[in-house]
Amino acid sequence: MTSHIEYERRYDVVVIGAGPAGLASATSLAEAGLNVVVLDEQTAPGGQIYRSATRSPISDPKILGTEYYRGAELVAAFEASGAKYVPQAIVWSVSPGWDVGVSVRGHSFLISADAVILATGAQERPFPIPGWTLPGVMTAGAAQILLKTSGVVPDGEIVLAGCGPLLWLLAAQYLRANAKIACVLDTTPRSNWTKAIGYLPGFALSPLAAKGAKLLLEVKSSTRVIANVDSIKAVGESGLNAVEFTRNGTTQKPIGAKTLLLHQGVIPNVNLSMAIGCEHVWDDTQLCFRPVTDEWGETSKRGIFVAGDGAWIGGAVVAEHAARLTALKVADRLGKIAAGELSNRASRDRAAKQRLVRGRAFLDKLYTPAKQFRVPEGETIVCRCEEVTARQLRDVVALGCAGPNQAKAFLRCGMGPCQGRMCGVTVTETIADARKVSVEEVGYYNIRFPIKPISLGEFAAIPTTDEAMKTVVRELPPGVTS
Amino acid sequence: MTRIASCKSRTQVKFQFNGETLTAFNGDSVAAALLASNAGPFRTTPVSHAPRNPYCMMGICFDCLVTIDGVGNRQACLCEVTDGMQVETQLGRRDIAK
Repeated sequence: MTSHIEYERRYDVVVIGAGPAGLASATSLAEAGLNVVVLDEQTAPGGQIYRSATRSPISDPKILGTEYYRGAELVAAFEASGAKYVPQAIVWSVSPGWDVGVSVRGHSFLISADAVILATGAQERPFPIPGWTLPGVMTAGAAQILLKTSGVVPDGEIVLAGCGPLLWLLAAQYLRANAKIACVLDTTPRSNWTKAIGYLPGFALSPLAAKGAKLLLEVKSSTRVIANVDSIKAVGESGLNAVEFTRNGTTQKPIGAKTLLLHQGVIPNVNLSMAIGCEHVWDDTQLCFRPVTDEWGETSKRGIFVAGDGAWIGGAVVAEHAARLTALKVADRLGKIAAGELSNRASRDRAAKQRLVRGRAFLDKLYTPAKQFRVPEGETIVCRCEEVTARQLRDVVALGCAGPNQAKAFLRCGMGPCQGRMCGVTVTETIADARKVSVEEVGYYNIRFPIKPISLGEFAAIPTTDEAMKTVVRELPPGVTS
Repeated sequence: MTRIASCKSRTQVKFQFNGETLTAFNGDSVAAALLASNAGPFRTTPVSHAPRNPYCMMGICFDCLVTIDGVGNRQACLCEVTDGMQVETQLGRRDIAK
């Protein structure tokens, strides 16, 4: 049934995701002598930050910048390590034991392992503004993926809007690729500077500072940047025609554009860790839910680890160091590290990670997205799948709906194919705002398996044992064996 | 959308979108191939029939759902385009027969 897919039923460790954290942890584990499989949704390793790192069609390396090519080094080390790589592998469940349910090109099967490392990274924070569902409006990350994988950029006028390092990086890459940026609408609230300034020394001492300053200079010297933008509206019928916005509360002249690229930071991708039942907390600085982990990345569920941005947003290099620490701990638990050696072996990655983490606090404070871009009002769509608006959500809260799970029953929000990924944090924050209570009190959607839509037919066709079959049918159907 | 000048040459791929023949390159996702050809919309929503195109390009948003070779609800951003592939706009909910 699954003969076209080469796989074993059991590995020491399953790693989910092949970005910097997935690649670095799998490489270390394989080098330690463990049998490791990496399940990756994409068609080639690299994750999003190093998407297409080994096969990007872009011939001028200056366009994407030197840091992007770190991805190719990680992939090369991974490929030499002996870890098994499965592309187009959609993980839909992880159940105690641990058994990982995965779908590969329409066929599902289960893989068991002693430890599972969730290296599923981050997703862009939702940016709910009027018109954000129009064709022509996409995330800055989406635009960067198009550039990396296919050398594709929007033609015509492009507006970039939001805040955060990725927005500036994309703007710089577009300028180098001669894409036509009409302007950058900077939504960084001016008041963030006073909150961030205390963290400037840590940032100045980190490698992030020089990099960031260079990037800002590159963009601001060659394109129009409009600061203090405090509302944005995407306007059009069947696609984007114009971007309307206000600056310091004053309406500005709309900008005609066919493409609007939005970004206001990234948040951990929590669907898998939530469905497993790992403990999560609301991070007041990064304004997101994240799994609770120890210093090695282990969650509240023994044997389930989260490495990289899925645990805490630190960026690609932090993810790499964190993932090596996770791999060390897993290798130690599985008897591959000599007694007493663990702490010693961890010191280098721990120190390197710490240096970068110190620089991050400044960025977190400076680029905290403004409330009006996180907590929408009126007819702005909150749940893109089921087209639920902020007004509808606030109306049901007024009727007594206390949290996201009741909101599902009232409105179906979070029940479309994305399973709450695009609205979860918005729904929670909006309900908290409407009820005037804390986000912790409101909580998050109950996320359940399967965390990706798979067909019943595919479920039914999962290869199983005779014993398992006999628990539900008296006799095996003719011709059916395990 | 368009392709930047600084691109290595890749093998061409021909595929169909709603019956029209389009050209892409080996290694493109179906989503990138359609956007590069300015083809769309990818889907219309089941609720208001509004047109949608990809929003995230990384498997999160499900706004790039199309029908590929007769199978509905395929995430265009996660599938690579291949020669002769038949891609169609997904109108509303996935057809039970697809």
